[in-house]
Formats: sequence, structure tokens, C-alpha cells
Amino acid sequence: MTVVGEAHLMSTPGSAATQLIALAAGALLVTSVLMVWRRELSAQVRLLTVQGVSLAVLAVTIGLSGPASARAELLVVAALVLALRAWLLPWVVGRRLRAGVEAGDAAREDGARLNPTASLVVVALLATVAYLVSRPISEAVAAGSGAAVSGPAAFAVPVGVCMVLIGFLLLVGRRRAMSQLIGFLVLDNGIATVAFLTAAGVPFAVELGVSSDVLLVVLILAVLSRRIHAQVGSTTLDSMTELRD
Amino acid sequence: MTALLLVPPLAALLVGAGAATRASALLTRLSGVLVSAVLLATGTALLAHRGPVPTLGGDLLRADPLSALMLAIVGAVGLTATWAGLAPRRAADEPRAADEPRAASRAERRYAALVALFLGAMAIAVTTDNLGVLWVAVEATTIATAFLVGHRGGPRALEAAWKYVVLGSVGIAIALLGTVLLYAASRSAGGATLSWTRLVSGELPLDHGLVRVAVGLAVLGFATKAGLAPMHSWLPDAHSQAPAPVSGLMSGVLLAVAFYAILRVRAIADVVLGPGLVRGLLLAAGLGSLAVAAALILRQRDHKRMLAYSSIEHMGVLAVGAAVGGPIALAAVLLHLIGHGLAKASLFVVAGRVLAAEGTTTIADVRGLLARRPDLAVPLVVGMTALLGFPPFALFFSEVAIVLAGWRAGLGWAMGLTVALLLVVVAGLVRATASMVLGPAHDEERAASGPTPAAGHGSDRGPMTPLVLALSVTAVIGFVAVPVGDVLVRAAAALGLA
Repeated sequence: MTVVGEAHLMSTPGSAATQLIALAAGALLVTSVLMVWRRELSAQVRLLTVQGVSLAVLAVTIGLSGPASARAELLVVAALVLALRAWLLPWVVGRRLRAGVEAGDAAREDGARLNPTASLVVVALLATVAYLVSRPISEAVAAGSGAAVSGPAAFAVPVGVCMVLIGFLLLVGRRRAMSQLIGFLVLDNGIATVAFLTAAGVPFAVELGVSSDVLLVVLILAVLSRRIHAQVGSTTLDSMTELRD
Repeated sequence: MTALLLVPPLAALLVGAGAATRASALLTRLSGVLVSAVLLATGTALLAHRGPVPTLGGDLLRADPLSALMLAIVGAVGLTATWAGLAPRRAADEPRAADEPRAASRAERRYAALVALFLGAMAIAVTTDNLGVLWVAVEATTIATAFLVGHRGGPRALEAAWKYVVLGSVGIAIALLGTVLLYAASRSAGGATLSWTRLVSGELPLDHGLVRVAVGLAVLGFATKAGLAPMHSWLPDAHSQAPAPVSGLMSGVLLAVAFYAILRVRAIADVVLGPGLVRGLLLAAGLGSLAVAAALILRQRDHKRMLAYSSIEHMGVLAVGAAVGGPIALAAVLLHLIGHGLAKASLFVVAGRVLAAEGTTTIADVRGLLARRPDLAVPLVVGMTALLGFPPFALFFSEVAIVLAGWRAGLGWAMGLTVALLLVVVAGLVRATASMVLGPAHDEERAASGPTPAAGHGSDRGPMTPLVLALSVTAVIGFVAVPVGDVLVRAAAALGLA
């Protein structure tokens, strides 16, 4: 799968920045695929941490290789990404997970709708789709006159799109409340990846708002999953079918 | 004039913070009404303002006529829902000494603060020029309403809240991806910006392929939040489980603001790509929503869910209207937003009172309301008449205008389908309402089982004035060409499409 995302990166003469971007993008893609493969929820939380670090590396690299005017802002954004996505969010999810396991909830995603092999095949298909739909994006960004990122960065865009699609797969394919939460975070990391690769991140005020929104959504979902567990006795979302027409 | 832009968010922040503390039980009780009134007053003042468009902080806050109108709508609908949703002074389930002022409980304070936060976020969403800030504000409403949906507790409310937050956040994440790509497009074109005015000005040579992907994703994302098919499945659950005033706020305000976001994105697509792409998307979503609503209203057994599906139906009409485009259809869309918001907020409050009085939301279990409880039956019937689009109510004029404009724009087949689906909806709603309202006053079965306990569902009585006001406004607004017609035309022109 990584080959799909990095084919163009490898073909360009590699400066250190290009190689770092390729490394970070590769790490993001590999961790996303591993999330589909692994069923252990605590392993998925560790993978989320790795993704957060990779995203921060991506932000720092793009910041250092871009124009000096935007450098300071991107370094602050990278610190924010590191604090939020590599530490705070995995910590919140992990804490809720441990509390749930202590209260008798399962530590594994046991009710997934697809077995590991089938889901990896689906991931391969999604990677292809991601590559196809990102083509207009990569080309437009690479051809742009005011592009902050060098050409090679734009061609890693399929990695971000693929992460968004994998996030969807985790959301619809998993039945544990915590698995859905993790799927949402992969989706969100994918969007952040696309933002860094295509536009060197969104404006700082917007980035701040987006980060706090994501943090609050995760906190709310953690609280809701605790209440659901207390009321229903499990967090398998199959038990939540009272509301229908 | 520019200082006015700061009033709604600041008022929401101060009142919300005040309501969250133990300082004043009265402030906690009236916080929603207070913030809504401020929003309505600010919106009206901005509408009356002529001259240059007030802006503040670069592209942060800006109120063109469309923003001002939306602010007034948010205020008016919020006022209807929060004022009518005030419980009577003495809560039925909490007896207390008459002379002892009761401090607001923790749940009440949280509820009041979240409603204020919700209204403040909506105010920022409609008065910002920055698409990123618009996104953040719309997502903030998911956060504010998550606990409001689950306010009543219990497995059903929690299930609704979980689905609502997951689906809402994922849907809106798609819109964020679209927004990010629009920013990338502007950056590649040499002027990195998320300012709506700059993006529609046409001065940036935006890449067509990139804008096409970005606009498609943004419309899809905001359509999830607006409850358009096929991403509507959170809406009936959330609206039926939330407390009645919150259902009214979500239906009349949240859906309207999400739809407003679609209108803004649509304007960018029109300038860069021409109307084709968004028209196709909106037409498909609109007709799909109408079909889903028609199919599910016909066999609906729960009257709050029925109202929720009616919201999907009206969002469908709005999407069809926006797909038609042009000055007449867009003015009609805005009139429809006003009429639907006011009528639906009133109806949700009445539905909450029916639930409290009868202890059930099952249509078949409610009989003879007109004979037993005319104070519930009359607003229910009047509100339904407004919602169904009978004259003289505003929705009649807006629906007729949208269909006629669509016909003239060469979308005859779509308009025929719209009218047919609307008739199905009318049949379903009329049948359900008639079965609830008509019938003998005394039901032997009910008399035998004794009065139904109403605990936990709020009160079955409340102020009637806001309902009367809201429904009268819906009734007369279609006839008031000046200044209403003028305001609608100016607001539609602000989109640059008229």
C-alpha cells in the first residue's frame, strides 16, 4: 500500500526535506493500515500516538522548508499537533479504555463486520480510490504559483485521502463505541495530513478552533460511552437499536 | 455599526457564564430568552442599516444583508423556542415552599449555559466571513447540543446523542476537508485566504478541478448537518429524544444555519465553475429528502419523529429552491427558512406539552385533544396548517414561488415530483393530526387506567404568547411586501446570484 502513496516521492531527487515528508507520510499510512489489522484497542491507541508524532514531523518539515514568514506559525502549529494528537487525545481515549476494561468492557474489537484479510483487501481498494481522486488535487497544488509546499509534498496527498477513507472504514466496520471513536480520530488525522500537504495547514486561528472542537468531541464521546456502559451494560453499538421507524 | 457585530457573541458568552453559576436562578431561567432577544434585536438593527457592509477584524466578522437576516431568524426562532419552552414557575415534580426562592439545580444551570453557547455559536456562524470560522462555529453547535440531546438521560436519549455526535462530527469533518481544499486552491492561486468575499470576488484564478472537489465535499458535509438525505439518519433520533425546546432550536436554527453554509459555498461554485455541479447535488439531495420524508411520514407512529421527518421534508424543499437559484427562488428560500423555523419551533414546544400531558409520543394513544385540551389542540392545528403550506401562511407563498421559478428555469419534471411528494406529506400529516385532535373527550379505556403520570417530561403548560406571536408572524409575513420583500431581495442579492 505504501508503494501507491510514495511512488512519486521516491522518483524525485531527494533533499532531506523530501525524504522526511516521505517518511512521515509513509508512517501515517502504515499506522492507518495497522489500525485496520489490529483488534487490540490499546494497540490502536499506541498507533494513534505514532500518527500524532508523524503529523508533527510533517508540520515541522513543511514549516522549515517553506518561506521564512510562515515558519514561526507552522512551528507553533506543530507543537499544538504534537500536544493534542500525540499526547492528549490518545491519553483521553486510553484512559477511557482502561476504565471501561476495569468495569468489565471488552478490550478487543470483537464484533467487527469484516475479518482482517477482507478488511486489508478493502484497504488496498481504498488506497487505489484515494490515489485516483487525489490526482486533480495533487496536480493543482503542484502547479500552483503560490504553493508553499514543494512539488513532492503535493504528491503525498493520496496518503491523507486514504487515511480519511480508512477512518470511514473503521467507523462503519466496527461495533465497539471506542473503535468508532478511534476511527473518527484517524479520519481527522487524515484531514490534517491533507491540510499540511496541500496548503501548509489552515490559518492559525482556524487551526486553534478545529483543534479545540476535536478535543471537545472526543471528550463528549468518552463521557457518552461511559454513560452508555453504565446504562446498557456494554458498549457494543448493536445493543443500541431502540430508535428506529 | 461595526461594534454591533460583537454584541451577539459577547452577550451569549456573558449570559452563558452567568447562567452557569449559582448567582441568579432568574438569569439561569431566562438566559435563552435573553440571548435570543439580543440576537433578534441585533439582526434587525443590522437589517435596517444601509450603506457599507459592517466588518470587523479583517475577515472575522461581517454582516451583509443575508447575515443580518439569518441573525434575525436565529433570534426569532430561538425566542419562540426558549420563551415558549419556559416551564411554569413551579416545577411539577419538585414541590417546594412557596416563599423560598429555589436555586437552579446543576442540570438546569448546565442546560441554560449550553443553550446560550449554542445560540452564540450560531450567531458567529452567520456573521463571519471566514469559512474556517464558519466551520468551527457549526461544529461547536454539535458540542453544545450533544448533552442537550442526552439531557433527559436513559438509554434511548444516550443512543440518540451518540449517533448524533458521531454522524454529525463525521459529516462536518467532510465539510472541513472541503474547506481545507478551498484554502489550498486559494493558496495555489497566489492569495491564501478563507474569506468568502475574496473567494466569490473572482479575482483569484482558482483551479477548477480543485474547487470542484472542494465544493462537492463542503456541500456534502454541511448537508449532513442540514439533515438532507441520504445523511439524515441522525435527525429523527436526535429531534425526538431532545427536550422539546431543544428540538425546536435544532430544527429551526441549526438546520437553517447549516443550509446557510451551503448557500455560501454554492455562491463560490457559481462564480468559479458555473451553477451545474451544485445544482445537481442539491436537486438530488432535495428530491431524496422529500422522498424519504414522504415515505416515513405516511407510516409514522410517533408524533415527535413525525415532526422531525417534516423538518427533512422542508430542508428538501429548501435544497430544491437553492438548486433552482435566481432572485425569486432564493428570496422564496429565505422566506421559507423564516416560516419553517417559527412554525416548527412552535410545534415542537406543543409536542413537548402533549407528551407531558399524555405521557406518550405515540400518535394512536392521543385522542380527542380538541375536546379535552383545546389549549394544546388549537396551536397544534394552526401550526400544522402553517407547516403544510396552506394560505395565508408564509410557507404557501415560498413553496409556490419555488415551484414556479423552477418551472420557468426548465426543471419542470423536478417540480412535478416535488409537488407530488409534498402532497403525500400533506396527506400523512393531516391524517395523523386529525386522529390526535378529533374524537370524543372521554375515553373509557383511559378513564379506567387513570391519569397518565407525566413526570420527567417537563410541564404540559407554558406561556402561550410566543406561540401566538410566532404563528401570527408566519401568517402575515407573506403579505408584507415592504419591508419584508425588500429585505429578502437584498439578502438574496448579497449572495451575488440575483
